[in-house]
Amino acid sequence: MAGRKLLLENVHIPGIETYDVYRKNGGYASVEKALKKMTPEEVVEEVKKSGLRGRGGAGFPTGMKWSFLAKPEGVPRYLVCNADESEPGTFKDRYLMEKIPHLLIEGMITSSYALGANVSYIYIRGEFMYILHILEKAIAEARANGMLGKNIMGSGYDLELVVAPGGGAYICGEETALLESLEGKRGNPRMKPPFPAVKGLWGCPTVVNNVETIAAVVPIVNHGGEDYAKIGIERSTGTKLISASGNLVRPGVYEIEMGVSVEEFIYGDDYCQGIANGKRMKACIPGGSSVPILPAHLVTKTAAGENRLMTYESLADGGFASGSMLGSGGFIVFDEDQCIVKNTYTFARFYAHESCGQCSPCREGTGWMEKVLHRLDHGHGTIEDISLLEEINKKIEGNTICPLGDAAAWPVAAAIRHFREEFEWHVTHAAEAQTRNYGLIQPRVEEIKTL
Amino acid sequence: MIKVTIDDIEVEVEPGTTILNAARQIGGEVVPPAMCYYSKLPGTGGKCRTCLVEVAAGSTADPRPMPKLMASCSTTVMDGMIVKNKTSERVHDNRGGVVEFLLINHPLDCPICDQAGECHLQDLGYEHGSAKTRYREERRTFDPIDIGNKIKLHMNRCILCYRCVHVANQLTDHRVHGVMHRGEHAEISTYIQNAVENDFSGNMIDVCPVGALTDKTFRFKSRVWFLKPMEAECACTKCSGKAVVWMFGNEIYRVTARKDKYGEVENIEDKTAWICNDCRFDKKDPSKWNIIGPRKIDRHSVISQGKYETKIDKGLNKIG
Ligand SMILES: Cc1cc2nc3c(=O)[nH]c(=O)nc-3n(C[C@H](O)[C@H](O)[C@H](O)COP(=O)(O)O)c2cc1C
Ligand code: SF4
Ligand code: SF4
Ligand code: FES
Repeated sequence: MAGRKLLLENVHIPGIETYDVYRKNGGYASVEKALKKMTPEEVVEEVKKSGLRGRGGAGFPTGMKWSFLAKPEGVPRYLVCNADESEPGTFKDRYLMEKIPHLLIEGMITSSYALGANVSYIYIRGEFMYILHILEKAIAEARANGMLGKNIMGSGYDLELVVAPGGGAYICGEETALLESLEGKRGNPRMKPPFPAVKGLWGCPTVVNNVETIAAVVPIVNHGGEDYAKIGIERSTGTKLISASGNLVRPGVYEIEMGVSVEEFIYGDDYCQGIANGKRMKACIPGGSSVPILPAHLVTKTAAGENRLMTYESLADGGFASGSMLGSGGFIVFDEDQCIVKNTYTFARFYAHESCGQCSPCREGTGWMEKVLHRLDHGHGTIEDISLLEEINKKIEGNTICPLGDAAAWPVAAAIRHFREEFEWHVTHAAEAQTRNYGLIQPRVEEIKTL
Repeated sequence: MIKVTIDDIEVEVEPGTTILNAARQIGGEVVPPAMCYYSKLPGTGGKCRTCLVEVAAGSTADPRPMPKLMASCSTTVMDGMIVKNKTSERVHDNRGGVVEFLLINHPLDCPICDQAGECHLQDLGYEHGSAKTRYREERRTFDPIDIGNKIKLHMNRCILCYRCVHVANQLTDHRVHGVMHRGEHAEISTYIQNAVENDFSGNMIDVCPVGALTDKTFRFKSRVWFLKPMEAECACTKCSGKAVVWMFGNEIYRVTARKDKYGEVENIEDKTAWICNDCRFDKKDPSKWNIIGPRKIDRHSVISQGKYETKIDKGLNKIG
């Protein structure tokens, strides 16, 4: 049994992308329930009880974020859905919006009601133009059926929903850059404070939530926050969409119950069914390109020898030394034929390309790391380059305006921490490294002891 | 009033004051360097990261240290906050890192740069930079372009502080230049060269902390330290007419606004004394100015006029 599905249960029903089929299968029940039977505060309360944490990467408790929203008299409030999904390895929001768009629309209506927003936005990455059309069609259907516009379902509540495309920049997924972009400006992250909850879109109080977070509000309102919180372990409640990619027998988007073991997720019949082509696993990045990479021996077990689980806490167990993060759930698996140096270079190139360039450590540091990794990957590197990378890392980390600087630094730091031999081999065996792969790494002595 | 301690010196400031401005109230060594913040241009700051400081205690109410170094130009003080600037190893280390980042792509052409002698990056590099570069790559290069017919942009030297963008937003009637592209490809540019034609666009030159924006009517005429800065005023309908004229003999080589020790245009009678383009570019005839007397250049620049003069002065004193 692959566990309960709260978001994707009906995704395979033919025609589920249309209003009629979606409604017949229990769709928009949360809107009906919230608008007719609940006060906005009661909806916020259920979300708090559910323990739902933001699915966009940072894992901030959603109920708490909602209750921070400033509510000054006579000032509009906004809900903005972050559909900029651009983190390498993450493609769950795209799947959800493409296959079951009304789930997001429903979540937006219920959440907007809870927050007292009368105009809400879905900010979608520019490359998803075809999904923008899917969403606009769904919005038109919802409006035609009285779910949007004035006096929704006779409740007296009004809501307009606008889909706005970005220009295709990863940085516009950072919530304040997103708001700048939505206002029609260059997508540079803002300095915080003030936080969006106080001064967001057009200077008004704003909540920014990920697509999956907003969709999860639907089952929370339908079944109650307590029911949602029954799934999962510790502070990781409910279900989570995982984008599984890389050398897996069955990659794809999975809705899992929080707390499934990593081993089960990679090798289980209900999930990815193991490493493709009978190969062995070399490494895994469990939460999207921004989180630390783990070598095989730290993927299914923690350094203390416990089973690693698909939860915020367990994936982070061991901190930076031997853990990683759940992040946005972009689960990338590497087999023994993959080159960690090349992969690190590829990611570094991505971050250098996506840095907005506002602050010096990120603008200059990401470009510098890309160049150093390029020469290491291409066999022109030196041993000093490895420590140079570590130093550039340290000078970026924590010194930037937005977390992109950290997101660029951490993957490089983690790759060197766990795969130093492979980096060194690229220097000492430069010519050979251009012709073959280093292969699996040996767990370090101090790590074997604890295994 | 709020009490804050910076490098063991206590100062009382108004609520809402930033750490940087609190430090400026103390003055001297405890003031962090600021390359992008400009007190007269609201919205500036936060970008260059040279002003990073360590907050050893957040406030009396919550005395926990802040885990990250904070940009002092954009962090407001709390009562009982304890800040370390000069006294922090971490600040020294990371500021050095920021300076290294700013320099890796910066041309080392100070000998031919008009800003030499009054360049904030030169000062910073002198204080924090290391003598050797670890950057083996080719530096990023751009062709110099004209931004309007009086301003030259040497993008190679730009540190993307965004100050000139704020000048254009706040002082001119419309902005025709800005930042294009992303990351290390980001550049100050304008779609239409020669488009910057505006009464106050010349102030972009004064706020530029490096030699990226220079005065085309002055470029390469002389090193600044050979010129005598004189306080001068003229009757101008567009601006205050209070400026500094930089003279060689009886000739005016260039005109700038009056700047304080942080390189910022001074406030005169509570108004920032920006000067208009007519005064800056077109009034090079000394008869148009009432020349008041020598301007003391209170800059800590490594090869500033001030230091140059004092050395000579000292020498003369000895002889005398
Ligand atoms: C560089 C960067 C890119 C981001 N991209 C996304 C994104 O594509 N989608 C997203 O939901 N959150 C993204 N985030 C996180 C958002 O800033 C924000 O935390 C999130 O949208 C909040 O929603 P949540 O609380 O529902 O997770 C990004 C953050 C950074 C720093
Ligand atoms: S950390 Fe990078 S992406 Fe974020 S604001 Fe600074 S330069 Fe822009
Ligand atoms: S041109 Fe000068 S003022 Fe403008 S961003 Fe560059 S360094 Fe700053
Ligand atoms: S002066 Fe504070 S970041 Fe530039």
